[in-house]
Amino acid sequence: MEFGLWQVWEGGWVTAILRGAAVTIAVGLSSMVAGLLIGVVCGLIKWARIFPLSLLVDGYTSVVRGVPELLVIYLLFFSSVEFVTKVITAFGYAGLAESGYAFVIAVIAIGAISGAYSTEVIRGALASIPNGHIEAARALGLPASRIFRRIIAPQMLRIAVPGLNNVWQTTIKDTALVSVVGLQELMRISYIGANSTRHPFIFYLIAAVVYLVITLVSQAGFDGIERLLRIRARR
Amino acid sequence: MELIQLAVPVLLKGLWVTAALTLVSVLIGFNLGLGLALMRLSSNGLLAGFAKYYSNVFRGTPLLVQIFIFYYGLGEVSLVRDNAVLWWVIRDGSRCAVLALALNTAAYTSEILRGGLMSVPVGLVEAAQACGMSRVLRFRRIEFPLAIRQALPAYGNELILVVKGTSLASTITVLEITGYAKRLMSQTFAIFEIFAIAGLLYLVVNLSLIAIIRLLERFLMRHESQSRQGLSAPRSDESAAVS
Repeated sequence: MEFGLWQVWEGGWVTAILRGAAVTIAVGLSSMVAGLLIGVVCGLIKWARIFPLSLLVDGYTSVVRGVPELLVIYLLFFSSVEFVTKVITAFGYAGLAESGYAFVIAVIAIGAISGAYSTEVIRGALASIPNGHIEAARALGLPASRIFRRIIAPQMLRIAVPGLNNVWQTTIKDTALVSVVGLQELMRISYIGANSTRHPFIFYLIAAVVYLVITLVSQAGFDGIERLLRIRARR
Repeated sequence: MELIQLAVPVLLKGLWVTAALTLVSVLIGFNLGLGLALMRLSSNGLLAGFAKYYSNVFRGTPLLVQIFIFYYGLGEVSLVRDNAVLWWVIRDGSRCAVLALALNTAAYTSEILRGGLMSVPVGLVEAAQACGMSRVLRFRRIEFPLAIRQALPAYGNELILVVKGTSLASTITVLEITGYAKRLMSQTFAIFEIFAIAGLLYLVVNLSLIAIIRLLERFLMRHESQSRQGLSAPRSDESAAVS
């Protein structure tokens, strides 16, 4: 057992890794949802060119997409760590500061990154909706909210799905980066396991395989969604 | 003001490391990627299969995991430890980061170049064949120039991803912009200011890369701007005939 496969099994690392994978998926999904909310709002602002706000959105997307994710994570963690621990301990929840806090900041950081990419995808999807459709809906006297729900949103969704697939794949891979600030997700667990058993090769290999499974399964899921939307569109 | 005097020289030192990491890994990664793209498009099933799995594995796992496998993991494999060349690469953080980055960007580059190569019209390749061009000459004169023209915008995005990827080298003891920035953040507690300076350096690098790509694009497309002025009508006939 040169690489310590036995120690992985014996030391109870399998459950730890699975728990880590669950945290990774939880961070990924929450960040993706947060990013989508940001993306729809900012995408609409950018598409409609609402003047002062669109400048802000432009700044946000170009900074976040041009600066390494790791740097953004460091910024959010280091700048908030004192503040949040002070607030939480003042209310007497010192224990919460260690477990829940890292998760929340991780979701904010990865969500902000994912949101910048989603914004561009959604803006692109909105831009490809023919103007005539919206004008026609307006001519029929539909209110703005119903135009969005019935005309813009369904078309946007179908065009945006392949782009959002890419965003999701990057988001789930970016969650590995929050391990550097201590959240116990897949990568962090592998790091701890590698250090305590002194068998880094097998632990990082397992981590790579788990990430690969996550990305391959979600790829299949997105392919399914794309097919579903295509069939409905043809009818 | 004091802070700027302290931080800027340190971060500029990191800038050179970031630039060097990017340059070397892009040079290696582009060539590997081109090779992989050709393998993927070859009629040999084994080669095409290898290239496909390679690109799926490297695109499906986080770069951080790849860097950690190379830096921490491979040292454990006796085959690697006993091989002088491999051990030389793995031993050092920055060489290891270059290896991981190059292999990673090769996977993405191969997908981009494959798209470019597939967009080359079959008729043009057939015409070159009919002219008696050899396979190598055909690739050099016809397929590659057309493919790179098509792939350049996407490749520009990939270059920016490589620049951003070099920040992960800071996790394996390489001090580049992000590594220095983290150190300065914990020393000075001026977190936002350090982030702003480091971020600005990255933006400068990325914007100049975009500018270079734009110039390259205009250089490669120089025939377009000339023909569009006077010869637009015959050109559209020509493209209709091809399709």
